[in-house]
Amino acid sequence: MPADDIDPWDDPTAKPLIRFDRVTKRFGEFTAINNLSLNIFETEFFALLGPSGCGKTTLMRMLAGFESPTEGHIFLSGQDLAPIPPNKRMVNMMFQSYALFPHLTIYDNIAFGLRRQKTPKAELAERVDEMLNLTRLEKFAHRKPDQISGGQRQRVALARSLAKKPKLLLLDEPLGALDKKLRQETQFELMDIQEKTGTTFVIVTHDQEEAMTVASRVAVMDEGQLVQVSTPDVIYEMPNSVYVADFIGDVNLIEGKAKKVEDGIDLNWAENQPTLHCKTNKSVSNGQICHLAIRPEKITIQSDTPETKNKVQGTILDIAYLGNISTYHVQLSSGHVIKAQTSNTRRIARRSFTWEDTVWLSWTETAGIVLDK
Amino acid sequence: MRRYFLIITPYFWLISLFVIPFLIVIRISLSDPEISIPPYTPILSLEEGWSGLLQFLRQLDLDNYIFLTQDALYWKAYLSSLRIAAFSTIIALFVGFPIAYGMAKVQRKWQTTLLILIILPFWTSFLIRVYSWIGILSTEGYLNQVLLGLGIINQPLTLLNTPFAVYVGITYTYLPFMVLPIYASLEKLDYSLLEAAEDLGCSQISAFWLITVPLCRAGILAGCFLVFIPTLGEIIIPSLLGGSNTLMIGKVLWEEFFNNRDWPVASAVAVILLIILIIPIVLFQRNEQKQQDLGTR
Repeated sequence: MPADDIDPWDDPTAKPLIRFDRVTKRFGEFTAINNLSLNIFETEFFALLGPSGCGKTTLMRMLAGFESPTEGHIFLSGQDLAPIPPNKRMVNMMFQSYALFPHLTIYDNIAFGLRRQKTPKAELAERVDEMLNLTRLEKFAHRKPDQISGGQRQRVALARSLAKKPKLLLLDEPLGALDKKLRQETQFELMDIQEKTGTTFVIVTHDQEEAMTVASRVAVMDEGQLVQVSTPDVIYEMPNSVYVADFIGDVNLIEGKAKKVEDGIDLNWAENQPTLHCKTNKSVSNGQICHLAIRPEKITIQSDTPETKNKVQGTILDIAYLGNISTYHVQLSSGHVIKAQTSNTRRIARRSFTWEDTVWLSWTETAGIVLDK
Repeated sequence: MRRYFLIITPYFWLISLFVIPFLIVIRISLSDPEISIPPYTPILSLEEGWSGLLQFLRQLDLDNYIFLTQDALYWKAYLSSLRIAAFSTIIALFVGFPIAYGMAKVQRKWQTTLLILIILPFWTSFLIRVYSWIGILSTEGYLNQVLLGLGIINQPLTLLNTPFAVYVGITYTYLPFMVLPIYASLEKLDYSLLEAAEDLGCSQISAFWLITVPLCRAGILAGCFLVFIPTLGEIIIPSLLGGSNTLMIGKVLWEEFFNNRDWPVASAVAVILLIILIIPIVLFQRNEQKQQDLGTR
């Protein structure tokens, strides 16, 4: 019995709902998924994140049953999925295009799956009403899909895929067609619905903000492989590679030669610039080329010389004003451009820096992270 | 000025190419045959003014229509035509749908080639294509020779001048009209809808009936109308392949017109044929309209 405060993915005794066991998928010469193993646990909200063509959609379509692995096995609750056709799987999918049946009303769209499994009439009506209620679509039950808005269509697609109470719900870029404001609202709605129904969700997206918002764990994919699988905060704060650091959010990547010191490394990265110190327990050999990744919001910008060990001086090249925050692009004498972010707690008229100002940038020893790949 | 021109143009064509000829046919159907040029009477002469027009109108009557109801030949011909047209439409649908389905399913680069192959027979004269079926179906024809050669039959079959030959000819001739609209609607079909249906528990067969067929209903209906309407008035195929046993209204019309030189009765036959065709089209359109209204409410 796992303790309540241990997440299932940290608990070696937990049984995964889905297990990818060394799965490879090839389309002719092209390898879409390359020897991938992954566990997804019950009631998780799992995000597959990556650029287009990284294999995330293929992974999802294999779960739905529209593609089968070339090598390896996929297990759902311990059962090999390979011989089960899509219509017999306890898996439902919400399609990117929503794929609502244009000739059926919203009600009939939602009832479609229940009718196929010959649900008794009273039970069917109750379940459809429950779904309409959950997605706030009661008023539109008798309209056709082309008579409602994009956001409503998205909710119909969700209601339809949840109606059969699947063990696993797959969402293929579910919010891609919505505008930004609606997308953000819908993200929270999705999380609410996921919590209420207790269904395991696997979402495919290329929008890192969306993945970070909704998911309990995020898998960052590249070229058919998982680069990092972890919770959003770990992915952001402790990326395991330059690829992940660069893909998620904004980052300064400083390349240099490492020198081992007592509690971490010193990075010798440019002539006429002080070495940068970073605490790390990573084993790095002397003289190895590695990257220091620092998020812009962890860099302080000021006009007087700072006290900290890591500091560089430069002039402001650009200011991106985003309302709540501003990003400063500071050019150093070595030519490097470093991004620093401050939140705009003051009115813009009282902003302390402007273009061409000479400023100091500084950060603590623990702000950055050393990446050797 | 330009705006009026745009509106008038289609009406001009519609009136000059459809309404006026139709009115002329109706007017002839109300006349009596006469051995003269033109072979009917009365003839409107404008020289006598008002009284001439009145005189003309008084001589028009429905005698020809009454005559059509008295001779069993006509309603039998109509019924037989309707039956042949309906059966041919069903056969063409069953043959044409799989062709269209296959075309829509193959790779894009092959679709154009297949489309050209479907249209290719039109490059040869219709008459010649029907004639060539005589060569295939006759007692000494290719089909009988092949069947005899393979030892499937001992005696040549009588295929020509039977209803079978008529169905073969009609299905062959009108198949492209069935295939093309169905192909057009299948080609537009969103494949993810079928995946969604399967995902929700449909087998592939029930997904076909529940999704594919309803969504290409418009194409299927268009194809059926495009086959049914010309088949109903078809004359060449029953004359060449059906022999004297096949009764079709197109043939009756031809005989009235050219053999009996009875233009008024031929016109009456044509008017009734047109009415028979218009009724289902109007009913169909009203039904469509109702469906649309239900949807928007």
